[in-house]
Amino acid sequence: MDFINAIVLLLNYIFVPALAYGSQLAIGAIFVTLIYGILRFANFATGDMMSFGTMVAILFTWYFQSIGISLGILPTALIAIPFAIIFMILYMLTIDKLVFSYYRIKKSPPVQLAMVSIGVMFVTQAIVRIIIGPFDRRFFDGEKFILKANEFKEMTGLNEGLTVKSTQVITLVITIIVVSILFWFLNKTKTGKSMRAYSDNEDLALLSGIDPKKVVMITWIIAGILATIGGVLYGLDKSFKPFTYFNNMLPIFAAAIVGGIGNPFGAFLGGYVIAFAEILITYAYKKFFTYILPETLEPDSLVQLLSTDYKFAVSFSILVVVLLFRPTGIFKGRVL
Amino acid sequence: MREYKNVIVAYSIMILLIILVGVFQSWSIALSILNFCLISAVMTMGANIQWGYAGLINFGVMGYTALGGLAAVLVSVAPVEEAWSAGGTNIIVCLFIIIGMIFSIRYILKKFVKSKKRTYGIISLIVIGLVLLRLVSEPGIESIEAVDPAKTGFLGGLGMPILFSWIVGGFFAAGLAYIVGKVALGLRADYLAIATLLISEIVIAVIKHEDWLTRGVKNVIGLERPVPYEIDLQNTPWFINLVEKFNSGKLKLINSVTERQDVLNQLVIDASSVYVKLCFAGMFLIVVIILLVITQKALYSPWGRMMRAIRDNEEAANAMGKNVVKEHLLIFILGSAVVGIAGAMMVTHDGLFTPGSYRPMRYTFLIWVMVIVGGSGNNFGAILGGFAVWFLWIEAAPIALFLINFFTSHLPDTNVIKLHLIDSVPYFRFLMMGIGLLLIMRYRPKGIIPEKINIK
Repeated sequence: MDFINAIVLLLNYIFVPALAYGSQLAIGAIFVTLIYGILRFANFATGDMMSFGTMVAILFTWYFQSIGISLGILPTALIAIPFAIIFMILYMLTIDKLVFSYYRIKKSPPVQLAMVSIGVMFVTQAIVRIIIGPFDRRFFDGEKFILKANEFKEMTGLNEGLTVKSTQVITLVITIIVVSILFWFLNKTKTGKSMRAYSDNEDLALLSGIDPKKVVMITWIIAGILATIGGVLYGLDKSFKPFTYFNNMLPIFAAAIVGGIGNPFGAFLGGYVIAFAEILITYAYKKFFTYILPETLEPDSLVQLLSTDYKFAVSFSILVVVLLFRPTGIFKGRVL
Repeated sequence: MREYKNVIVAYSIMILLIILVGVFQSWSIALSILNFCLISAVMTMGANIQWGYAGLINFGVMGYTALGGLAAVLVSVAPVEEAWSAGGTNIIVCLFIIIGMIFSIRYILKKFVKSKKRTYGIISLIVIGLVLLRLVSEPGIESIEAVDPAKTGFLGGLGMPILFSWIVGGFFAAGLAYIVGKVALGLRADYLAIATLLISEIVIAVIKHEDWLTRGVKNVIGLERPVPYEIDLQNTPWFINLVEKFNSGKLKLINSVTERQDVLNQLVIDASSVYVKLCFAGMFLIVVIILLVITQKALYSPWGRMMRAIRDNEEAANAMGKNVVKEHLLIFILGSAVVGIAGAMMVTHDGLFTPGSYRPMRYTFLIWVMVIVGGSGNNFGAILGGFAVWFLWIEAAPIALFLINFFTSHLPDTNVIKLHLIDSVPYFRFLMMGIGLLLIMRYRPKGIIPEKINIK
């Protein structure tokens, strides 16, 4: 019984939250990796683009709520996502037209494009803050829990409860759908294959008649979709605050690089690696050990490897270590 | 003279703008802008040494700034003796453990050939060392943080004059830069950017949460100042006399004695804050000038030429027998040290150290905007960038307010959009920075004052 309790404890505090957080990071990381693989620069505006998409989704959510449309137990934001995506794609294509295309045609070095993306970051951040303000906003509605701790305890008769928030399940389901469609698209369709070819070797791809404009446009469209979905899922699960989104850029970068930048599948797994590492290392295992160890061996301290303050630092340290020993990432990067 | 024409014009416009702020807003505001412009100029010079001279991209400016600030705390605050007696020995033992670990790892690396056994040995050594560190430090840290947590709760510093910390800050930053450089300089440009950004975040996390060393988010306030305090000045006779002399014409017009005294008091209060800021400005100016002379000399020395050669063609420079790795590391350290000095200067100016306020937006990306806008590779450009961007950063809100009022003047005051825009005035500075950066990158990619290479 104690053993099952211990497992439920880990499930509740580590596995479920890490899975949800990892999915949110994974979508962002695929976004970074796509831009890096095809447009060939590190996009420092990642976090702010996600917050832009989320902002549009929130505005639509408010509009739907005001005219009384809702999905019942599901959050209204889910209906807002498609509309937000359309806006986001338009925004991405506008930015590309106004800013990035000039440098792409000039074949500027990647560093210059990264600098330009910092300019985009400033502008996007300003627009988001001017429109919706810098405050913390929750836009979740509908049923909050799928499984409550108390219900679980009554159901199973265990000491430990298991809480599953509906946002966590939604995150996971949507991530699986989006990522499988994306991989199907990249691996099976003609456009997807041309994107991979372009990412692999630009000159060769051009020679074989692939239209670079089309590839770039599709990339921005996919990026817009991923940014919006990733942002909304994070906002539903936690809350929406422009500053947090800006900061999330860092673990997302870490995930993309750990997985091997330019490799979407690596980025997808990288998101989970980062999320699990963050939570595993900063979790206090005292209760877990009291369950599985005999009473005489029970620990006095919290048995925490690092305090939760260092949550971000953990993912960054992993990144630094990966960069040092395997700069290509866990899975070899630079091939889409 | 002619080649410096645009430099002189740009600087005159900048000085004129600051004077205009003095005339229209107040001299106190103008001087604080000037002070921060000078500090920003030092930071930009640091970043410019790395980016402009050697093409190294360092997004860790924030980390070095914070380390410089930490140096100011550790140098100037009086030591907390109670805390030292409570947990000082533990901390010192920890220090020895770390040193021991480093030396034993170096020894193993040198003595044994690379093998699986060696790797496992090193890993187990690190793990054992970490466990040992944890066991020794935890009781020490707890007892240190328990010493009067509302006021101290940390080890304190050395109790030396704060000016000294400007040098120490430089050394702190240089030390960190040495480690980071050893680790990350082999990476490609954009990887290096990300790695340095994340490492600086780690540094901030440590400063924020190691309360025994830095007081963390509880902040350190009331740092000792190298210049007189306003309140002291207001009670010093010579200062009051000086203010009286300066304003004698104005004071003569007032007949009533008590009224004149009131006006004088107000003038003295204003003048004291201006005087203090002038003192700071003088000190900062000295630093900027010294650095400018040194960097300018370095830029046109054989060493500077070599750095440019490495920047423009690494392989060719390598083939000519220049040690690219070594020079990159050196310049990375030098640039970071300059940023560290700026960090210490800033904490000295503010008189407080707030780890929570170090954010990448303000301390990394803004500095980079300054470098790019000013003109990378040119020290005059870098300083101008620091001035211009900081000026815009501060004055963006008033400018935005003016523009909003101008464009919405036909709307009634209760209009929702107008009110919302006026509420969000502070965020227009991001917009201006972004648009400014994008415009400069597009139409003047070398900055306002571009790099000039004269071969004499």
